[in-house]
Amino acid sequence: MHEMGIANSVLEAVRTEMGLHPGTYPCKVVVRIGEMAAIDQDALRFCFEAIIHETDLESLELGIEVCPRRHRCQLCGREFVVRDYDSRCPQCASLETTCISGDELQLAYLEVEEYGSSTVGAKSTQ
Amino acid sequence: MDRVPLERKVLSENDRIAAELRARFQAHGVLCLNLISSPGSGKTSLLERTLEALPPRDRVAVLTGDIQTENDANRLKRFHFPVKQITTGGTCHLDARMIERHLADWRLEDLDLLLIENVGNLVCPSSYDLGEAAKIVVLSVTEGEDKPLKYPSIFFKSDLLVLSKIDLLPYVPFDIEAAAENARKVHPGMEILKVSCLNRNGLHDWMMWLGERRKAYKPLVQQTAS
Repeated sequence: MHEMGIANSVLEAVRTEMGLHPGTYPCKVVVRIGEMAAIDQDALRFCFEAIIHETDLESLELGIEVCPRRHRCQLCGREFVVRDYDSRCPQCASLETTCISGDELQLAYLEVEEYGSSTVGAKSTQ
Repeated sequence: MDRVPLERKVLSENDRIAAELRARFQAHGVLCLNLISSPGSGKTSLLERTLEALPPRDRVAVLTGDIQTENDANRLKRFHFPVKQITTGGTCHLDARMIERHLADWRLEDLDLLLIENVGNLVCPSSYDLGEAAKIVVLSVTEGEDKPLKYPSIFFKSDLLVLSKIDLLPYVPFDIEAAAENARKVHPGMEILKVSCLNRNGLHDWMMWLGERRKAYKPLVQQTAS
């Protein structure tokens, strides 16, 4: 269970980033998680909601994009998604393939809104 | 609504410290290895047999992590190499800052090899880079040959799998070839060793592996020295 530490790091990054965008507030932060990254999505959501509860960022939404494990064939160059741990190249059947993604634990982007904008659901500035 | 790209690692602070540590290890020619397993798979026993087999003046040090107690450090101190316990107080993994803090009063120029025993846990330690040159995963034959499939991340990220407690193979329904096959499904080409710290089978292969790694490790200091 290291998802609490991960959730804290995400929130810290949001706060740091928001310092660069005065006059706005964050609506959604999106993280990219590889399927080999050993992160439990439900635990991460639970921890994230727990740490924003009753804070100024209570309405911040957490988005999670899951990245499959992808390999590139060293012989024919084909890139493919690895399913059921089968890392054989689907084109030339070579086993000489290398992992190119799937262990991400990355901050992708932040959606911010200007204070006082008329967007439905925007938080009041009062 | 504006979209602000972030495009950086979530654990960028840990990774920053780990990168600094890695650069320091390289500059001083210290091979750093990070041992990871479930609790009770035999990391400390493997380290005991390792320290026992190394020459007394070898430039080796050990950091050993646990949630509580100094027990492991006390076991390892008998071999008269520098050993320090990291007690995390509840955290289920070591992070780079803990390593940095515990290295503070050791001189890296006096070391060639730093062995880190992570907290017993097959999941969380895989997310935290400690600046090591390689991760080593230990799996004991009392655990189940499908563990590499159940906990793929750490098998995927480790250079070497040590199958431990092989002296128990006659007494447990563990298919060691299936375990090796599962590990290689997750990590094609993964190096695998089979050892017993009790009857010492396979320890020679482990010491050979370690020796090869040490020999192959090129300190950057030689390349950058004027």
